[in-house]
Parts: sequence; C-alpha cells; structure tokens
Amino acid sequence: MAEDQDKILEEVTGGEYKYGFYTDIEMEEFPTGLNENIVRLISAKKKEPEFMLEFRLKAFRHWLTMKKPDWAQLNIPEIDFQDIIYYAVPKKKPELESMDEVDPDLKATFDKLGIPLDEQKVLAGVAVDAVIDSVSVKTTFKETLAEKGIIFCSISEAVQEYPDLIKKYLGSVVPHQDNYFGALNAAVFSDGSFVYIPKGVRCPMELSTYFRINAINTGQFERTLIVADEDSYVSYLEGCTAPQRDENQLHAAIVEIVTLDRAEVKYSTVQNWYPGDKNGVGGIYNFVTKRALCKGDYSKVMWTQVETGSAITWKYPSCVLQGDHSVGEFYSVAVTNNHQQADTGTKMIHLGKNTRSLIVSKGVSAGKSQNSYRGLVKVSKKAENARNFSQCDSLLMGDKCGAHTFPYLEIANNSAKVEHEATTSKIGEDQIFYCNQRGMSTEDAVGLIVNGYVKEVINQLPMEFAVEAQKLLQISLEGSVG
Amino acid sequence: MLVIKDLHAKIDDKEILRGINLEVKPGEVHAIMGPNGSGKSTLSSVLAGNEKFEVVEGEVSFNDKDLLDLAPEDRAREGLFLSFQYPVEIPGVSMVNFMRTAVNEHRKYAEKDPYTASEFLKLMREKKKLVEIDSNLTNRSVNEGFSGGEKKKNEIFQMAMLEPKLAILDETDSGLDIDALRVVANGVNKLKSPETSTIVITHYQRLLDHIVPDFVHVLYKGRIVKSAGKELAHELEEKGYDWIKKEFED
Ligand SMILES: Nc1ncnc2c1ncn2[C@@H]1O[C@H](COP(=O)(O)OP(=O)(O)OP(=O)(O)O)[C@@H](O)[C@H]1O
Ligand SMILES: [Mg+2]
Repeated sequence: MAEDQDKILEEVTGGEYKYGFYTDIEMEEFPTGLNENIVRLISAKKKEPEFMLEFRLKAFRHWLTMKKPDWAQLNIPEIDFQDIIYYAVPKKKPELESMDEVDPDLKATFDKLGIPLDEQKVLAGVAVDAVIDSVSVKTTFKETLAEKGIIFCSISEAVQEYPDLIKKYLGSVVPHQDNYFGALNAAVFSDGSFVYIPKGVRCPMELSTYFRINAINTGQFERTLIVADEDSYVSYLEGCTAPQRDENQLHAAIVEIVTLDRAEVKYSTVQNWYPGDKNGVGGIYNFVTKRALCKGDYSKVMWTQVETGSAITWKYPSCVLQGDHSVGEFYSVAVTNNHQQADTGTKMIHLGKNTRSLIVSKGVSAGKSQNSYRGLVKVSKKAENARNFSQCDSLLMGDKCGAHTFPYLEIANNSAKVEHEATTSKIGEDQIFYCNQRGMSTEDAVGLIVNGYVKEVINQLPMEFAVEAQKLLQISLEGSVG
Repeated sequence: MLVIKDLHAKIDDKEILRGINLEVKPGEVHAIMGPNGSGKSTLSSVLAGNEKFEVVEGEVSFNDKDLLDLAPEDRAREGLFLSFQYPVEIPGVSMVNFMRTAVNEHRKYAEKDPYTASEFLKLMREKKKLVEIDSNLTNRSVNEGFSGGEKKKNEIFQMAMLEPKLAILDETDSGLDIDALRVVANGVNKLKSPETSTIVITHYQRLLDHIVPDFVHVLYKGRIVKSAGKELAHELEEKGYDWIKKEFED
C-alpha cells in the first residue's frame, strides 16, 4: 500500500515541463569560448567606457586564478567554459516606440507564457523591462518613472547614461573576488537591469523584468543593480521561464541591492528555468549571486523567492546588515522534482547594532530530487543586540527524494539572540485521504496541501505574482492539472 | 442504498473485519456500537475507500453501484460522507478554499456548473446557520488548532455543505459538550430526509436520544453479533458488553 501511494505521487508529480518551446529569433553570436579577447570584444561591442573594460578585465584575470566551488550538496557535471558562447544579441534589434514594433515571435512567446507584456500590464500598473537573452528589447513606462526621477533601464544603457552611479555601486556589494561564478559574471556580463530610486521617492508601481534564455549554448550572465536612496521604497519582480532543449545551460547572474538610510527594497522572484526532462537530461544550471547591502540605518531588504525550475540551483540571496537597526528578511519556497538538485538558502550578516533578520524557508521535494537548505547567520563583534529567527521546513513527497538542512551560526557577540526551528514532514496520507473523502482527486489534494504548506511565503508576493506562483507549483508538481 | 455482504478486510495481515453483513435503506438511521477496537472505524474507513485496509472478501453496493470498485473521491461524489473520528489538520489551507474545491468537485461530477464565489459564500452562510457553527472557524485553516469539539462541529458543517445520501458519523459525539451535542444532533436531524440515510457510530445512549435510530447493531471482533431496535442501546448502557461477549463466545 505504501507502494501504491508512491505510484500515485509519481503519477501526479511526473508532469512534463509546460513551457518548453523555442522562439526562432535571429541571433548574432560570438565565437564559442572565453579568453581576454572575448572580454574586450564584449566591451567594445557595447561601446563601453574605459572604466567598464577595466572592471571586466580585472574580474576575468581574477577568475582565471579561481577554482570552482564544490562544497554544495550538489552533483555538478563538468562545465566546459570554452564551449559556451558569451554574447548574443537578437539581430532584429528594434528601437521600440510601441508594442506594435515588438517582434511578433517574441510577443507570441510572452503570450504563451501568459506574461501580459501589453496594455493589460500597463493597466495593472507594472512597468516591464523584458530581457530576452542579452539585450533589453522593451521598456515601458519609462516616462512616468522619469517624472519621479526613478531610473529603470538596462544596465548597458546605465553604463552609458549614468556612469557615476555605476562606478559607485556596481560591484560594491558583490566584488569580483567574491566567488567563481560572480567573477565570471563580472567579466562577461551581457545585460540586465538597473534601478535607482531617488531620495524620498516611493516607486508607484512594481518594477518587473522577465528573463528568458533563448539562444542555444549561450551562457547567461545577467547583472542587476538596484540602488534605493534615503527614505525610498521599491518592489521589484523577477520572473523566468526557459524553453526546452537538450544541452545543459549555464546561468550565472548577479543581483546587487543597496539601501541607504530608511530605504526599503522588496525583491521577489518566481524562478522557473527548464529543469531537465524526467531522466534529468537538459535543464538549466542556475548559479546566482544575489546580495543586498543594507548600508543605511533603519533600512530594510526583503527577498522572496519561489524556485521551481533548473536542473541545478545554487543560490543564496543574502543581506549584509551594515546600518544600525537594519532588517533583512528571506522567504523561500524551493520545489524540486524528478532529478533536480537545489541548494539554496540565505546568509544574514549582522554588522550594525540592533539589526534583525528573519528566515522562512519551505522546501518541497518530490521524485528523485535533492533539496537542501543552507543558511548562515553571522553576528559580528560590534553587532549589539542582533536578532535572528529562522524557520526551515521540508516536505517530502514519496521516499526517493531527499531534504537536508544546514544551518550555520557564527556568533561573535553575546547579546545576540538567534533562534532556529526546523521540521521535516511527509505529505500526509491521512491528509490526502481526508481530501479524497470530500470529493477531491489525489492530484488536487496534493496541490491544495502543498499550496497551504507554502502559504506563508506566497503571501509575501505581490498579488498577481502570487497567483502565478501558485499555478507554477501546481504545474511543477501535478503535471496533468491546469 | 447500502448493502454490505460478507465483508472481510485486513491490515498488515491482521484481519479486522471478519464478515460484516448490513443493509441500510433510504431514510433509515442505523447505530453501530461495540467495544473499543472492535472494528467500527475500520468499517467506516473501508467504506470510504481508505487504501490502508485491504478488502479480502465480500461485496458492497451503494446506490446499485459496486462501491469497492470506486475511487475514494468518486464514492464521496456519489454521496457517501464520512465524519471522521479524528479529523486531520491541513495547515495553511483555508476552510473556504477547501470547501469550495470540494463542493465544486461534487457539482462537476453531477454535471453542474461550479458555484461562483458569491453563490458559494451564500451557501456557506446558510449552512453555517443551519449547523450553528461559529463564523470564525470557517475563516481559519482546515481544522488547524481547532479544539476536539470544534473539529467535530466542522465535520457536520462539511456534511451540510455536501448534502450526502449516506452519512457515516464516527463518534461525532465524543468531545462535544452538552450544548454542542444537541446542536450537532439537531444539525444532523435537519439534514435528514426520506431519501438519505445515516450510520451513527457511538458509545453512548445520549446521542441516540437526539438522533433516534431505527436499528442498533453491536460490532464485536469484526462481526455484527447482535442487531435490534433502539431499545438495545438502552440495554447496553445499563449492562455493558459482557453479556453479549459471553453469548458470542459460547
Ligand atoms: N493502521 C493500523 N495498523 C494496525 N492496526 C490497526 C490499524 N488501524 C486499526 N487497527 C486495529 O484494528 C482494530 C480495530 O480498530 P478500529 O479503529 O476499527 O476500532 P473501533 O471499533 O473504531 O474502536 P474505538 O471504539 O476505540 O474507536 C484495533 O485492534 C486496532 O488496533
Ligand atoms: Mg473508532
């Protein structure tokens, strides 16, 4: 009978990736491989100022001296960095004035994903800066934002238009020495988003970027920088889906956030890279460095993530709580299925006085997947009265998957108060039967129970994102539903 | 409505139901009593389709369909409702969401359109009134942090929402205070009609004062060893089970 249960779970969790399709947009590609010339070529292609080239070269030279990390609870296949194309631009690069000018294929792709990159979105009050492969092709609402002095543009544009801000903040949170993939990104990053919220401004809408990997064998090196000046607020959404393909693809993005005094940034991600097929073939390798520096007193950063995709995820959105009374929060749902591997969590680095952090992590593992939470809470000597509360829950579906929790504590100040709670539960046969008895199929029951289990996190997402996230959970766990 | 013939069921090679025979006709109320561990909850679980138990022999027909051939959810959609002895908690799932899914699944099965949000909320208000359930219980997650009695009331509320043809109430009275017992019993009586039937599993006469049974059965060691009218419950209340056990062992 336990076998039956497993069979049911296998059936309902064996769904194929729904978003596996491929947009045929003409690409302009670089030769395969990586050397100093390629780095120079990227910089030249983007007509970058000298300081950017220097930034890249320094990172590249450092990268050459680094070793790939192997400490994560992951089984990482050898990645051949010479077999990657480091830059791709859609050839029909449009200078877009209106929706009519968007490549119809691209539009169709967004439509298939249910991403409303159109008037609906505008009505919903969301400005969209969509990144397809390496170059921004569409930015809306820029004028409205500009009126408030808000800058929301591609990072390449920012390098040209706002070199002072870029010089000051790019790499200030994640320096190129930080880690292997971070150094690689700094050397070859193609594009991404830049946000600047001026003093005292509350950004009137959610800023949203949809990423999509779309060129065969093109490593993706997005770079995002968000700077919130004193007393400002912004909520930023990042969403991803990727088309199905057979070769593993590397994705190594960097997101940097800086908050000054009393500023607040909410960063939400719904991540759905192609996870590979049922046998673990294909899929995206997702090695992302996300870090926020709460530089100012009373500043606050909140990371919320829903991770359902990728063959391999390696991701620890972190907060450096430098300002006194600054606050870092991390809410995460990580769902793994089939042969997926996820090693994710957060780092909360308490440097300032009276700093607080909150961690809520919910892992859901199905199939033969491995799902690890790895979290570090570090309280430095000078961080008087630091507070942390961590809640890490794991839900197992079936008995072929694994859940692991690795909480690390480094406390150098006795006044710190750090609490950690962890639970592991199996999805209850009794709960499923209870739902069955009320007329629900096992599939619906699983969806309902899992969505209930992750509710605390989903509740942190902006409304329309929350709905999308719930759908994604259903899709990634239930297959035949929806 | 329900015909059980020579039903045997086991768990881990332990036979728990050892030849149950029972017929329930439309409009009837049957009480099943019996000592702890005699198989009452097992019988209701098997009827509801819990795969923990393996049916090794016997037949059950429900509304002329082979009940044992139906998936648990289809048994429910056909009109079989089980009020659990120990209702489970489903954290984070709101009662509204849970009930709306359940009700609309029933409607889909009956080839009816799903209720809109406002139709559904109206229905919920009506039924809450009918079973006198506290409003804020339905604003919470399914059974999460409910007291024992509140869980039982919630079962009856769900029964009211789903309007089953056959309701099996497994010790719905245990854990209820005196007033709640009356409220729950009233609720069950209000939901009764000449077309619907009820199986009441209980240890005590006091529930049967309110929900008056047409038949009382005693389940012992996986068999129904005695059946009679409502007076049997009084006799059991007075004398306990020893005399039946003795009669049976002899
Ligand atoms: N999951 C299980 N594993 C092993 N034995 C079980 C299991 N469930 C029930 N049993 C056994 O089956 C027998 C009948 O249990 P059941 O719950 O049906 O009794 P009951 O008549 O409802 O008792 P009570 O009046 O105490 O509710 C008991 O001996 C019990 O221990
Ligand atoms: Mg029982």
